[in-house]
Amino acid sequence: MSTVTKDHAGASEVFNEDEPYVNWHDETLWFVRTKRDKSSKQLPEWEELRESASQIKHYVLSHMDGLLQTFEQKAKENGIHVHWASDGPEHNEIVLGLLKQHNIDKMVKSKSMLTEECHMNEFLIKNGIDVIDSDLGERIVQLRNEPPSHIVLPAIHLKKKDIGDLFHEHLGTEAGATDPQYLTEAARQHLRDKFLTRRAALTGVNFAVAETGSFVVSTNEGNADMGAHLADIHIASMGFEKIIPKQEHLGVFLRLLARSATGQPITTYSSHFKTPREGQEMHLIIVDNGRSTQLGREDFRNSLKCIRCGACMNTCPVYRRSGGHSYHNAVAGPIGSILAPNLDMTKNADLPFASTLCGSCSNVCPVKIDIHDQLYKWRQVLVKGGHVPKGKEIGIKAMSMVLSQPRFYQWSGKLGRSVMRAMPFVVNNSLNPWYKQRDMPEPPQESFRDWYVRNRRE
Amino acid sequence: MSAREKILQQIKLNKPAETQLPARISFESHYENTEIKFTETLAAVYTEVIVVASYDELRKKAFEMYADVVNRATTIPALADWSDFSLNISDPHDLEMIEVAILEAEFGVAENGAIWISDNHLPHRALPFITQNLAFVIPRNKIVNNMHDAYKILADTTGWGCFISGPSKTADIEQSLVIGAHGARSLVVFLLEEE
Repeated sequence: MSTVTKDHAGASEVFNEDEPYVNWHDETLWFVRTKRDKSSKQLPEWEELRESASQIKHYVLSHMDGLLQTFEQKAKENGIHVHWASDGPEHNEIVLGLLKQHNIDKMVKSKSMLTEECHMNEFLIKNGIDVIDSDLGERIVQLRNEPPSHIVLPAIHLKKKDIGDLFHEHLGTEAGATDPQYLTEAARQHLRDKFLTRRAALTGVNFAVAETGSFVVSTNEGNADMGAHLADIHIASMGFEKIIPKQEHLGVFLRLLARSATGQPITTYSSHFKTPREGQEMHLIIVDNGRSTQLGREDFRNSLKCIRCGACMNTCPVYRRSGGHSYHNAVAGPIGSILAPNLDMTKNADLPFASTLCGSCSNVCPVKIDIHDQLYKWRQVLVKGGHVPKGKEIGIKAMSMVLSQPRFYQWSGKLGRSVMRAMPFVVNNSLNPWYKQRDMPEPPQESFRDWYVRNRRE
Repeated sequence: MSAREKILQQIKLNKPAETQLPARISFESHYENTEIKFTETLAAVYTEVIVVASYDELRKKAFEMYADVVNRATTIPALADWSDFSLNISDPHDLEMIEVAILEAEFGVAENGAIWISDNHLPHRALPFITQNLAFVIPRNKIVNNMHDAYKILADTTGWGCFISGPSKTADIEQSLVIGAHGARSLVVFLLEEE
């Protein structure tokens, strides 16, 4: 895995070097956002559905322990082996243990952001297990030794030429080929062979139903099902917040999920697993990894309602113009920025600042998470806790001093305007972060206050 | 303390004050014609819907549509002489050769074109995914309006079941839609009138 050492602002600067590329990235994601709009507007009950989903998830947060225990009991009755993991390393050890127990050294995997969060692939590969990602986008980034840049569209940062070159090198496709149909067919053949020869399959979980002890996995490609139904052992990994109380609640969530994600009325496959097939072993790993801590943070617990649709990323002006990798976290974008500080405040202190607080994320969220409010609140927590760089802290303190003293504010504004007029090079240089990718505006002749006072007099 | 106890204890300590489930979790959809909505929704995902009056007509259609195809499988007794691939195998990997499978499914959903298929009607869960081409047969009068109606039918599910809406697809390369990612390359839905 490539390690990102730059903070969000630093990594975005690199991302923004190629302007046509950034524009393309921006427009591609906005296109997905418009598909979501069109699709959601076809349901007159859309807003009521969001409210309903949000309330069901709130019920889940407030009954989490009971629901998990009911789910565990029902799942066991269904013949599923249930495991619990406090953190990433525990989860990874459980997976490795199961594979070793069955003498399996090759596994096929469908999309699971949780295993990205736990850095499972690196761990298993280090322990001699060959892990193949089977979602096309995930396979692409895996071959590039990169993490996914988006939770729903893992390779959204790549152009077809990049993928053509990659497949030429790894799958032997023709040099220079860029036709998506041709490249997808090559991946189909390559991965079909993996599906047919792997004895273990790992999938994620979109929803786990307490009442029935079953779980639902949604894909468009059919890769989760191809893996699970051919393997001797199926391992499903879930963060504990994936639980929902009743099967009928799936009606609400499946109507919201794909429409919010890509504008489809539903994903091609919504697979409901309840019992292992005859002769198969089914394991389910329930993972905490900081979630129980987040549950205790009153201001931030709503982030656990997330159903991972990615709508907040597609709509975010900062995500669209900085790319998923700039967030140096398994989940990028606005939702990633409120989840990540819970995992490591020092390492992820930059992320809640990677936002304009415009609120678009909260407006599209299908479970009505107050994402932009949480971004704002994380900033307070992180500055108070001393997790932001000194430079930023001094800047914030200076700003607060200026803004809290009207006379000083007026004087410094006047000074700033005359300096900008007389010596524009003082602000128009690379030391000023506002000057990056844009020219500074012409300073106005007078401030609004001056104008107002003058007009009152006249 | 085990991970399980640790997690549950921490949750109990940290969870918010109890709230109730929302009063409204089900909504009605109204279409002038449910079958037309179903057919249009599936057309948008490259799936043809064909009405057949009887098993006889279905059989005729099957021969017509898949005349040159070998390795044809089915779960429908009336199509026994059409199929040339026995599903009476024990290892699902052997299904890999199948070119087309015509399978009995349970019902359809108009709002999203999803069709429910489950262990009830399937000898192998891998079958609808591993076959190169797929066709479902559902009773013509079994199309519900939306997912809330669907889960009223699915009060409880069998060991495994799946909503399938269209052929397998991906847009992972520059958002260009490609049909036939890992699962079936095509889907046809037959609506059967005969009880």
